[in-house]
Amino acid sequence: MADTHNKEVDQISGVETTGHEWDGLKELNNPLPKWWLYLFYACIVWAVIYWVLYPSWPLISSYTTGILGANQRTEAIASYDKGISERSVFADKIVAASLEDIATDQELLQFARANGQAAFGDNCAPCHGSGGTGAEGFPNLQDDTWIWGGTLDDIHTTLEYGIRSGNDDARIGEMPAFGRDELLSREEINQVANFVASRAGLETEQGVDLAAGQTVFEDNCAACHGEDLKGIQEVGAPSLLSANYLYGKSLDAIKSQINNPRNGVMPAWVDRLDPATIKSLTVYVHSFGGGQ
Amino acid sequence: MISLEEGGFAIFLVLLAFACIIVAGKTFDQVMAFHAGIGALFAAVSVFLIFKNYFDDGGEAIPAEIDGKPNYNIGPIKFGAVAAMFWGLAGFTVGLIIALQLAWPALNFDLPWTNFGRLRPLHTSAVIFAFGGNVLLATSMYVVQRTSRVRMPGKILPWFVILGYNAFIVIAGTGYLLGATQSKEYAEPEWYADLWLTIVWVFYLLLFLGTLWKRKEPHIYVANWFYLAFIVTIAMLHITNNLTIPVSIYSTKSYIVWSGVQDAMVQWWYGHNAVGFFLTAGFLAIMYYFIPKRAERPVYSYRLSIVHFWALIFIYIWAGPHHLHYTALPQWASTLGATFSIILWMPSWGGMINGLMTLSGAWDKLRTDPVLRMMVVSVAFYGMSTFEGPLMSLRSVNSLSHYTDWTIGHVHSGALGWVGYISFGAIYCLIPWLWNKRQLYSLKLVNLHFWLSTIGIVLYITAMWVSGIMQGLMWRAYDQLGFLEYSFVETVEAMHPFYIIRALGGGLFLLGAVIMAYNLWMTVRHGEAEEADATPAGSLAPAE
Repeated sequence: MADTHNKEVDQISGVETTGHEWDGLKELNNPLPKWWLYLFYACIVWAVIYWVLYPSWPLISSYTTGILGANQRTEAIASYDKGISERSVFADKIVAASLEDIATDQELLQFARANGQAAFGDNCAPCHGSGGTGAEGFPNLQDDTWIWGGTLDDIHTTLEYGIRSGNDDARIGEMPAFGRDELLSREEINQVANFVASRAGLETEQGVDLAAGQTVFEDNCAACHGEDLKGIQEVGAPSLLSANYLYGKSLDAIKSQINNPRNGVMPAWVDRLDPATIKSLTVYVHSFGGGQ
Repeated sequence: MISLEEGGFAIFLVLLAFACIIVAGKTFDQVMAFHAGIGALFAAVSVFLIFKNYFDDGGEAIPAEIDGKPNYNIGPIKFGAVAAMFWGLAGFTVGLIIALQLAWPALNFDLPWTNFGRLRPLHTSAVIFAFGGNVLLATSMYVVQRTSRVRMPGKILPWFVILGYNAFIVIAGTGYLLGATQSKEYAEPEWYADLWLTIVWVFYLLLFLGTLWKRKEPHIYVANWFYLAFIVTIAMLHITNNLTIPVSIYSTKSYIVWSGVQDAMVQWWYGHNAVGFFLTAGFLAIMYYFIPKRAERPVYSYRLSIVHFWALIFIYIWAGPHHLHYTALPQWASTLGATFSIILWMPSWGGMINGLMTLSGAWDKLRTDPVLRMMVVSVAFYGMSTFEGPLMSLRSVNSLSHYTDWTIGHVHSGALGWVGYISFGAIYCLIPWLWNKRQLYSLKLVNLHFWLSTIGIVLYITAMWVSGIMQGLMWRAYDQLGFLEYSFVETVEAMHPFYIIRALGGGLFLLGAVIMAYNLWMTVRHGEAEEADATPAGSLAPAE
């Protein structure tokens, strides 16, 4: 292969070169390192053994299945079924028990909290926060303020069907766009916003006629939020007395909500989570501290 | 008389300019209008340059030899080396930005153009194709000429290749920022950019083959086998993975002909072999020239270079399915990919052995020459990541590592350590050679670059290992009752400190590259000129 007449011995290593030279570069005629070669062979042998044991080579219309009969699809299904059957001991009890029973039975409660915590982290936390503390536009689940009710049954219904979710049984309640749809004038919105703020103990603007604001409120808002501003949970109208407003408590935020309200959506979980998980989530959320 | 080459390129570019103007005029797609405008501008300027050059030199052919010595064509190589440095700095900077965005999402600034989703492909393409690609083009043109002892063919052709390639980079990069993408990882550019790259690449292949064809040496040097494997295979991969049908020639949007799991498999056959033939074979070629050259030692084993070359290129091409473990891909395909990845371990290490053992008899140079040290550490990183790769291809390991930062750490030990360092080493060698300087402006600054970026790489990859393995373990942690212990967001929270460390590591790597750019600039501007009659490594003297 090499031109023998050009071969020379490299003085430092004592190894012969191949006799070629390119731009001053030469090559030594060292053999393949033994350990390298044997490891290469070992890897090939390992691969061949693997091909015999496991599905590996394609054929015309199928593939070699391997003598172990391994199949990742059936393995995955079996492992899923095993997990479900292990959980089902408790899950069946959860489905059968009432929410109150779950909340009082120590064993069931422990299971429900574990299930609820896992489900909450991956399904609810993106909006409500990992501790359920909420964010602007997404209710805090730890406090005592509930828009649609904070009893076990209320929470369960909200979870199952959602809010304005499109589900037939969803909780529906929409605040009218008083400004956008020209139900109230800019002046009236200004007055009623200041009135509401004054009742919630928030700062108001100077020189606004609060009495006129109260009249506007009674004519337009009281039907849902109540004469006493305490709200009506059946229609999802929150209390306006505590300044725990979902969409912000600045005067601008209040005016904006009256003018062109945001009506947030919570998905219905009945089609996505199994009944035991929804019940577990109910108990878990109820146990945050705000449950009624 | 104007040559066939000059006339042919001029006609082609004039037609291209007209086509671009028509598309720019008729399209309703703003990005397409912008890109067609750039295309028309580039083509028109190129035509002008061809004619200006023709009238300047009176159409005289450039002599292939002067006084019996090859008259090497180094203009396009100089351009490629500078472009590599420019794109490298740009790509590393964007990498640092997206690393900071992952740690502090507010840095997305809620703008579409600065969003992580657009900047991430900008980073990967800038470092792989713009930085790495220009390094490969420049070094391959240099190495193939010198080891063939012949000037590369063509007057316009080499310039067309290097400028055409960089035009592709501009089109691809601005496309990402404006939202034009076909959403295929490492193959994001849309159909017209792909088509242009195909044309450039075919000319690149012709240029390379043409130089080999004219060679004055009886044998083809090992580096050139690797370059050729890189050029041929990238052409095959690029075309197969980008078989798209445009919505119309006036639209940036296109649809891929592959669908479902076949598309996924073609994508990762491409993706894995882009690593294998672009980032491995191509840079091994660089190693096979620049390490023996710098160490002034013969390559350790000719036989090993042959065996590991053929083993590498025949086995690499099978390993792609290991990117799709536990997906819709059939189990047999993923097993086959994993086993070939294991077989690939030794062929990969053949290059490492040949690189490191070439140093035998010259190890003392590592103390005095930081450029050589950089290239040797690069080979060590190559060895490490080509061991880690087969390990991660095993299904049991992959079930922990996949979709976590472990993959990011693995990629960057190869990208920063291997590809980055061998490229830096090659550029540190090339710049004084190309500009006829005796030596670099400052070896102390090279040393500083080496240490800053080494600390940066170590911080980067250890942070990603810890963060990735932690995330993988958190994902699979179950409590006693069989429920997942952690939610996804908790894993994200736990990774935050490591994201900051990673950004710090990336920052150090970028800082090192800035020092390098300064050092090279000073070398070109103020370096001591090489004496005309001296004949060291970079001189124009032919080989014996």
